[in-house]
Amino acid sequence: MQRNSNKPLVVKIEKVIEETPTVRTLVFSDEVFANVLPGQFAMVWIPGVNELPMSVMITLEKGKGAFTVRKHGVASTSLYNLKVGDYIGMRGPYGNSFTIKQGKLLLVGGGTGLVPLMRLLIFLKKTNEVTVLIGAKTKEEVFFEKLANQLLEHNKHQVIVVTEDGTYGKSGLVTDEMEKLISEKKFDAVYTCGPEKMMHKVVQLAHAKKFHVQASLERMMKCGIGICGSCCVGEVLVCKDGTVFDGDYLLSNKEFGYTHRNKAGILENY
Amino acid sequence: MKPDISTKVGPIEFERPTMLASGILGISLEVFARLYKDGAGALVTKSLSKEPWDGYPNPTIVGVKSGYLNAVGLSNPGAPYFAKMIESNTTVPIIVSLVGSVEEDFVFMIKQFENVKILGYELNLSCPHVEKVGLEVGDDPNLVRKIVKSVKSHSKVPVIAKVGLGASDYLETVRAACESGIDAITAINTVRAMGIDVETTRPLLSNKIGGLSGSAIKPIAVRCVYEISSKFDIPIIGCGGVSDWEDAVEFILAGASAVQIGSAIGEKWTGVFSEINDGISKYMEKKGFSKIKEMVGIAKKF
Repeated sequence: MQRNSNKPLVVKIEKVIEETPTVRTLVFSDEVFANVLPGQFAMVWIPGVNELPMSVMITLEKGKGAFTVRKHGVASTSLYNLKVGDYIGMRGPYGNSFTIKQGKLLLVGGGTGLVPLMRLLIFLKKTNEVTVLIGAKTKEEVFFEKLANQLLEHNKHQVIVVTEDGTYGKSGLVTDEMEKLISEKKFDAVYTCGPEKMMHKVVQLAHAKKFHVQASLERMMKCGIGICGSCCVGEVLVCKDGTVFDGDYLLSNKEFGYTHRNKAGILENY
Repeated sequence: MKPDISTKVGPIEFERPTMLASGILGISLEVFARLYKDGAGALVTKSLSKEPWDGYPNPTIVGVKSGYLNAVGLSNPGAPYFAKMIESNTTVPIIVSLVGSVEEDFVFMIKQFENVKILGYELNLSCPHVEKVGLEVGDDPNLVRKIVKSVKSHSKVPVIAKVGLGASDYLETVRAACESGIDAITAINTVRAMGIDVETTRPLLSNKIGGLSGSAIKPIAVRCVYEISSKFDIPIIGCGGVSDWEDAVEFILAGASAVQIGSAIGEKWTGVFSEINDGISKYMEKKGFSKIKEMVGIAKKF
């Protein structure tokens, strides 16, 4: 029987990976979710608590997907606290994906925004030259550096970590590092996911250099399927028109980088 | 000659017979403008309350066989915020949906829209999953009378009542609204329903009980439109599971002068409006109808 992607598929958590003191990756088995496109997401049901839109993390095992979650609010902390053997539900996969270009590629990610970018890496050809910029607040919050290097071992590549307090890698904001990088080097495409202020800057910098740039956005979501309207950004819906948007479009959208809507639908500033 | 798909629902005129149903996508004016451009004849807002409401925690919408269950909980930014948001609008035909418990709630909200250009109001007398509003109001014909009379005496624009299937006979709600001067009826809302996940043994929705929408409820909605149209002399907007032109035509033949579309947007996205409009037009051409009104309720003659 064909699966109803709008009804939660319930699976057991098989493994929990500690990424940082505040970030964990929860691994499960499912062929469909294991193989989603970079930028697509699932509505993840934490039974009895809530449901959250989440990008699906890759694993190195066939047929297994994962969710990488930072404990933050009630829902994400509940998800973070789940143990091996606990149930989660998943609706989806929903949304579009990054357009994969060839040549010199730059990926800029912050925090759990790295998840779709790690998935993007497994879709890239070996002939691409790839630079990954990873932003974090401090040394102990750096994750996926090793994974990025591992996924790119057959590509010409570099993975650069930038910490805001300078305790690891380069010091400062990841966008400052990007600015330096693009002043010396041309890229064929830039991909970004992370805090919106960061993405806004990335898109502006890339756009100024006329590089093709795409960002994967996040918004408060209820349905995930283009019905409730909660995730609108101007006239577009992140769940249905996104999550990935072209930088040119985003810069013409007056909400991107500045405002998002709360649960009642009222605009709030970032 | 190409058939004319413009339609009239009582005093309200629409360029096209397909409207966005309340509760769907109705948060930003930009989204409304997009849907209008994509073929919707009018846009009904989310049901607005006096104050902003967050709604229920997720899960608020899940898919079931041939439809969706939802208990969003009427999340909305509140009438004052919304009125301000659309005050600059002059081009998009908007119907403002209102939800409240007593006459004063509605009168307060109507005041917010006094200087805003809108086509009319739709009173939500039928949301099946929030206490003290919606169906709980619709189930009480005396309260419906008071609210409709009060709204009609304060509103400068036409007023529609959206009815649904609650604990009492919905035709009594329609009767109360008609006797109190309502301009039109929208029928129906989602039908009270629930689903349970067998793996975790838990209800699927955080609110446990919600409303069923989509294809599953269409025959029920067609029956209601047919019944209302048979018993009352009131313009009707059909709503419930419209996902293609045939569904829309069925509602019109049952007695609706226009239809609202909701769940189908989840599958067909914003192109659903023009797809259905074109289908209605082709059907009219084939059948020799030149205006929508020639088709309204003709199934009743059998």
